[in-house]
Amino acid sequence: MRWLFNLSFRHKIPLWTSFLIGFSIFVVGAALMTRAYEVMKSAVVISATNLGHTLANTVAPTLLHDDVWRAFEIVRSPIRGESARTPVEVDAVVVLTKNHKVFVSSDPDTLPMLAEAAALGVDWQQLSAQFGAGAKWPLVLEPKGSMYLYVALPITDNDAQLGHLVLRYAKSVFHPWFIDTIWQGLGIGLLVLAVLIPINWYWGGRMAAPLVDLAQRMGMMPETVPQPLPPDLYPYRDELGQLFQAYDRMVLALRDKAALENEMVKSERLAAIGQLTAGIAHEINNPLAGLITVVDTLKLRRDLDPRALRSLELIDRGLTQIRDTVAALLVQTRVQARPLNQHDLEDIHTLIQPQVSKRRIRLDWSAAMPAELPAPASLVRQILINLLLNAVQAAAEGGHVSLWLGRKDDSESWLSIVVRNDGTLLGDEQLAHLFEPFTSTRAGGHGLGLWVTYQIVTQLDGRIAARNIGDQVEFVVNLPLGDVICTTA
Amino acid sequence: MNQDTPGLLPNRNRRRWLIDSGCVAAAGLIGLTRKARATASKLRVGMTPAFLHDQHSLLDEWRDFMAGSLQRPVEFVQRDSYRETMDLLRLEKLEFAWICDYPYLHLKQEVRLLAVPLYEGRPYYRSYLIVRKDNTQVKSIADLAGSVFAYADPYSNTGYLTPRYQIRQLGRDPASFFRKTFFTWSHRKVVEAVASGLAQGGSVDSYIRDTLLQVEPSLALRTRVIWRSPEYGFPPFVSHRSVSDTDYQVMQRHLLDTNKTEAGRRLLARLHLDGFTTGSPALYEGVARMMRAFGED
Repeated sequence: MRWLFNLSFRHKIPLWTSFLIGFSIFVVGAALMTRAYEVMKSAVVISATNLGHTLANTVAPTLLHDDVWRAFEIVRSPIRGESARTPVEVDAVVVLTKNHKVFVSSDPDTLPMLAEAAALGVDWQQLSAQFGAGAKWPLVLEPKGSMYLYVALPITDNDAQLGHLVLRYAKSVFHPWFIDTIWQGLGIGLLVLAVLIPINWYWGGRMAAPLVDLAQRMGMMPETVPQPLPPDLYPYRDELGQLFQAYDRMVLALRDKAALENEMVKSERLAAIGQLTAGIAHEINNPLAGLITVVDTLKLRRDLDPRALRSLELIDRGLTQIRDTVAALLVQTRVQARPLNQHDLEDIHTLIQPQVSKRRIRLDWSAAMPAELPAPASLVRQILINLLLNAVQAAAEGGHVSLWLGRKDDSESWLSIVVRNDGTLLGDEQLAHLFEPFTSTRAGGHGLGLWVTYQIVTQLDGRIAARNIGDQVEFVVNLPLGDVICTTA
Repeated sequence: MNQDTPGLLPNRNRRRWLIDSGCVAAAGLIGLTRKARATASKLRVGMTPAFLHDQHSLLDEWRDFMAGSLQRPVEFVQRDSYRETMDLLRLEKLEFAWICDYPYLHLKQEVRLLAVPLYEGRPYYRSYLIVRKDNTQVKSIADLAGSVFAYADPYSNTGYLTPRYQIRQLGRDPASFFRKTFFTWSHRKVVEAVASGLAQGGSVDSYIRDTLLQVEPSLALRTRVIWRSPEYGFPPFVSHRSVSDTDYQVMQRHLLDTNKTEAGRRLLARLHLDGFTTGSPALYEGVARMMRAFGED
């Protein structure tokens, strides 16, 4: 039985409603049948009473004059054939004398003349027992387990009680008539079922489909964050609709949370790398400064043979390269702070122009800014140059790069920089490690440009993010505006 | 009420009969005028339940045949019991009548024997004692003691007098021999009463029972004849003694000549009769003997 309750709603709703429809039809049908039986019975009693009064009046003189044959003709007159065919057709008519003996009956074989009523069977015993004073006429008797229904009336002549007239109706005649009614009822019931069940299955399926969908999605929950439900799945505002809306809100919240966690992991990793590189850079820088000084001093000596001098110059170039590399790794944001102005942007535009022209890039320049902005000019310039050069390199030959610079959402406190290019889209793996050092996305790059940009942005308490949007790659930098005095890394 | 006493009728009927009889006596003087008018106008013929009298079309045909043959208007008067026809005869409301042999003997002073029908070529018939077809225990009337019995008419020989005589021959009292008796006022209905099981036995005219076998075998075959009486004179046609000799002879001639015409023979075939004979009162000696046994004259 439990499996029935474990069924999917897809089946359970239609099954239950079908069962309820069937049950209702059965109950209503049974009630109507009972009613039909009562109506039939009362029709029989009314017809019997009318017939009974007529017969009682007609048969009274024959009782008075003991005219058996006339009485027989009278009681036999309503009998049509061997057996009654309709429920209101009387099966037998019996005239009982005052002493409850059969005076005459329409069926002398089974109800012979002069027989004691009580000797005719249990039905007749019950019947004659009720003939006493105070009986309510017409007396209707339907003995338990009996095949017959009896209707009795007194036969009187000028208030003198002469006997009783009993009409007997065969219930077996009711049955075919009743079965006809049942078949008719059953036919109508089946017709109603035939109409209701498909509607019910359609409705139940419609009702269950979103629930089933929801259950499947929620079942995936701990492992993956499922997709939100399609908006047209259940566009109504009832409890089910509210449930789906709550589910959608929950899914969105979960996705935000997952994205946040992802971001946190990434920035923590980048911060660790930053600390590590800064540590290493300091450790290298200290002996490096001594070495460079020694090499410089040695180079000043005149007594060096040309081979030694070439070696010294080789060492000097190598040490300088080490210093440059370390300097690049060790991003210094502690610089003279000057607010960003219109000229800075013009400078940058001029600076990147050769690269843009060389690669025949179409550049959209949209910088909506006042004369001055409270942002550190040199750092913003570095960010802009890095991002724009990066974009120009990433874009295809003859491709498209755009810059948008302005206040974020018209806010007073944030500066927004958006750079897009139509180059190759970034893969998931690339997106995950984009801002780490020495991860170049193209041949020829040393992979420090984005690392430096990231370091600057984070040290300025800003945000940087990259994503694919449509067929373009977008970098967004948000920097807080305000105090131009900057902290150092 | 004791139904086994033919003379005793329901009070109302007896009173009426007495009054009517008185009237007849008082109206003796005007009897001639009435007779003259009757002779001049139509003839009234009483038909009794002596045959299957519910065959109305047959009666109409017979009346038209008679009227055409006699060149006189004829009226058939039907009554449900012999008694009523007897009363009409006594009151001279009928000139002629076809009555049972038993009433004929009752009315001997008032009527003359006119003609006797020939049944199977002879002016005789019998009384049959019948039971239901499926009743195989009953062999004779003695076996019917204590049962319900159907008589035809208190003035019927075959349907009343004969069975009672039989019982008397057994040394029993007909008044108490049966548990219950009743009259059906027609021989056909005696057959019906026995066939339906209302009565266990009945006494019936052999002519009616045998005719029924041909016209309504489904009813007749549900009964079985267990005893046949000796032959009695067939129910006769009588004329009231007040009918003129001329009318008497004309009517007698008409009846005797019925089987001499094609139409007459067709009619007789429908009646299941062969013709008519003059007959004689001696035919009815057997009935008279039974009547004497019951103290009737």
